[in-house]
Amino acid sequence: MKIDYTANEMMALCAGRLVNNGDILFAGTGLSMLAATVAKRIHAHEAVVFFETGGIDPSLIELPLAVGDPRVMVGTSVNSGLADALSLLAHPKLHTVAFLGAAQIDPYGNLNSTLLGSYEKPLQRFPGSGGACDAASMASGTIIFMQHQRRRFVEKLDYFTSPGWLTGGDSRQEAGFQRGGPIAVVTNLGLLKFDNRTRRMVLSEFYPFTTPDEIAENTGFDIELARAVQCSPPTKEELTTLREQIDPQRLILGPLKTAAGADSGRRKR
Amino acid sequence: MNKKFMTAAEAVERFIADGDQIAIGGFTVTRNPMALIREILRQRKKELYLVVHSQGQGMELLIGAGCVRRVELAYGGVARFAPTGIRFRKAVMEKQIEVEDYTNLHMTLRFMAGAMSMPFVATRSGLESDVVRLSGFSKESRGKGRVPRDKLKVIDHPLEPEQGKVVVLPPLNPDVTLIHAQVVGEDGTVRIQGLTFADVEQAKAARKVIVSCEKIVPTEEIRRDPDRNCLPHFLVDAVVHAPYGAHPTACHMVYDYDPDHLNMFKRIAPDDDTFRQYLDEWVYPLETQEAYLDKVGEKQIEKIKADPDLGYAPGLDRR
Repeated sequence: MKIDYTANEMMALCAGRLVNNGDILFAGTGLSMLAATVAKRIHAHEAVVFFETGGIDPSLIELPLAVGDPRVMVGTSVNSGLADALSLLAHPKLHTVAFLGAAQIDPYGNLNSTLLGSYEKPLQRFPGSGGACDAASMASGTIIFMQHQRRRFVEKLDYFTSPGWLTGGDSRQEAGFQRGGPIAVVTNLGLLKFDNRTRRMVLSEFYPFTTPDEIAENTGFDIELARAVQCSPPTKEELTTLREQIDPQRLILGPLKTAAGADSGRRKR
Repeated sequence: MNKKFMTAAEAVERFIADGDQIAIGGFTVTRNPMALIREILRQRKKELYLVVHSQGQGMELLIGAGCVRRVELAYGGVARFAPTGIRFRKAVMEKQIEVEDYTNLHMTLRFMAGAMSMPFVATRSGLESDVVRLSGFSKESRGKGRVPRDKLKVIDHPLEPEQGKVVVLPPLNPDVTLIHAQVVGEDGTVRIQGLTFADVEQAKAARKVIVSCEKIVPTEEIRRDPDRNCLPHFLVDAVVHAPYGAHPTACHMVYDYDPDHLNMFKRIAPDDDTFRQYLDEWVYPLETQEAYLDKVGEKQIEKIKADPDLGYAPGLDRR
């Protein structure tokens, strides 16, 4: 039986599958919250979610719409503040994985969430780093959500907000970072990872409703496709958990168009 | 009555001057000191120098109304209601303000350093990034008034040179910090419920502190449970009783953010005329918090009232 699902659902589940039991997850709102929660419910029961604002392991009965939302302050292990939360992010004994998003990404997973144009003459302004640069600098690893478009996957960032693998190879370590670096990029078209040696982005998985060629067409730099395999579609358990337990109001998942299935969600770029 | 207790009008008049460096507490849609900020707008303060981490609705009003000359920040947005602050973006693009980008950790550390009289503070966060490489404030402004001589510097690790580079940042000691708390004792002791964000560090770093609050309780009551208190009375210069003083942002355990108001703001904010109408309707004529609350209306206040166990309004339509 064919199960219909949207690109947003595929993204949340694809990212959730990357979470390991015991990971300490630095979450934003949106898809990262869904990914973290679905992982906790299905396979990583001991993973813990915390927010840069200071909410440590909240119950998340209702989905927060902001990291400062009062909904991240309920049923927590500790309610604290930025200094406390950011100390967890950097803590050497914890394996912290941070979920990030951005306006632009380059082939080495460096991110721009500040502006388009130049710093002197911005053509567009975004909110800025917030805690993203801190997470990219200090967490054990990052998982990045992106909308897959050529103008977002660029050879050179307009502004370099958050450090990934810098210029590839050993450059991150040489710059003085003690750990970290991007683990994966989850987009509405597929899952991308980084070559272990060159640290350049490669296509790892394409979704059942996309093709490697389509992904290459939507990427503004050359990307290796040779290692790509098809991502397993959502299981019934994954979809039921996501839809019925985690986001029943579809606040983050967005509309479910069963008739056109996956394709309609995918076009919502 | 404690002499620190005063109206918002008195506190802003006494403690905030044009050109001052101002730190604002809260975070995007939570516990922004809105009653104090609206009073700053009414007193038409000018050339303010904001120092914030992730600021939302409060900064939108201050920048939009033309009270701000420069900002040091990590993030300017009102969560899902305006992922990039609408008036913030407009002011940056139209060059009405000078902006210096930092990160949340940078700003938090700078407030901590200011509070502890540390000469500078060091981190690895941001190495190699444009946050570290580029400066937004003009060269002429550097080293004058409260503007630090350098945004930051990247230096060799001073103790373990083989560990490479570190970023050193200047401390912050703002002229005034504004925060909104749930409870203040009659002695001025402050209690914040829920996440404190960087409010405590911002307040400790400041030369003057103005606290608005939901409730004032007797000194013996707030001292019965001191584990929950976060600022001693003698650090606080002015206390303003302002129920719903963070509206339309949330105040944990008391009320949720107001999605209707924030969505309405999102609609009117992009256009200068409709934004001015908003100020003429919601800010300038409403000289007291009581007048503001009358305008918000009982029905709306009831709608966003927090559940005492959850701390927010469960089931609130937040679309």
